[in-house]
Amino acid sequence: MFRVTRRYQFAASHRLHSGQLSEEENRRLYGKCNNPYGHGHNYVVEVSVRGPLAGETGRAVDTAVLDELVQREVVGPFDHHDLNRDVASFARVVAPLVPTSENLGFEICRRLKRNWKQVFPSEWPKLEKIRIGETARNIFEVRADEIE
Amino acid sequence: MVITRRVEFSASHVCRDPRLSDEENQRIYGMAANPHGHGHNYVVEVSLAGDPDPVTGMVLDLKELKAILEREIVEPYDHRFLNYEVPPFDREVPTTENIALDIWRRLEPRLSAGNGKLHAVRVYETPDLYVDYFGEAECSA
Repeated sequence: MFRVTRRYQFAASHRLHSGQLSEEENRRLYGKCNNPYGHGHNYVVEVSVRGPLAGETGRAVDTAVLDELVQREVVGPFDHHDLNRDVASFARVVAPLVPTSENLGFEICRRLKRNWKQVFPSEWPKLEKIRIGETARNIFEVRADEIE
Repeated sequence: MVITRRVEFSASHVCRDPRLSDEENQRIYGMAANPHGHGHNYVVEVSLAGDPDPVTGMVLDLKELKAILEREIVEPYDHRFLNYEVPPFDREVPTTENIALDIWRRLEPRLSAGNGKLHAVRVYETPDLYVDYFGEAECSA
């Protein structure tokens, strides 16, 4: 069994602000990340896929297919966008999620999982986990089986 | 406890199956099928799992591990055209997966004596693509 990991990047802006907290509480909790005008990061996303070698190709995953999926579901919609305004889960009026990297990790994982069978209809490869670096110092990891 | 040592080698390869047509190879392997080959700076991370020796405090002497990696990986692979010069890639496609598998097979018998057993082989083809292999035992799991 192999784990193949592919790394992608996108640049996006966000603001951490919870509608369930007061202005003062938001400022205290999120600090600089609560700046009303937002700020941005060069996000690095590693997508890990698990599987046996497929037939005689010597490969566990067709990385071109994976690239297309990640481009369509993640890099395309996120790159050079504002997460709070341009990505539905963070932009919706009712119960928007705060675009922390934890929530972003769940969002990315959900998007890939939801579309996985469409591009990889066989039993293998399976999505194993994603790892997101908001900066080189802050890393977040989500296993695919942690979410629905 | 898991300990990891990293080595690097540069090599060229081409990903194509001689039994397939040019078109099929292009479809499966993309640019990696270009007939004259291309190269990468490969990075290999070898991880051993085990308990430190009670006397030395080491899972495996890293000098020894370094020498093994040098002899088993760097010497045969570095500055070679894998398909032409490094069996089994005269008959197997040198994908990153197969390279990880081959490195596992070369290392495992050399690392069975000490406290540390081979735990994982990670091969970076580029900083944006890497493969982890944990051995066959995990296949049945």
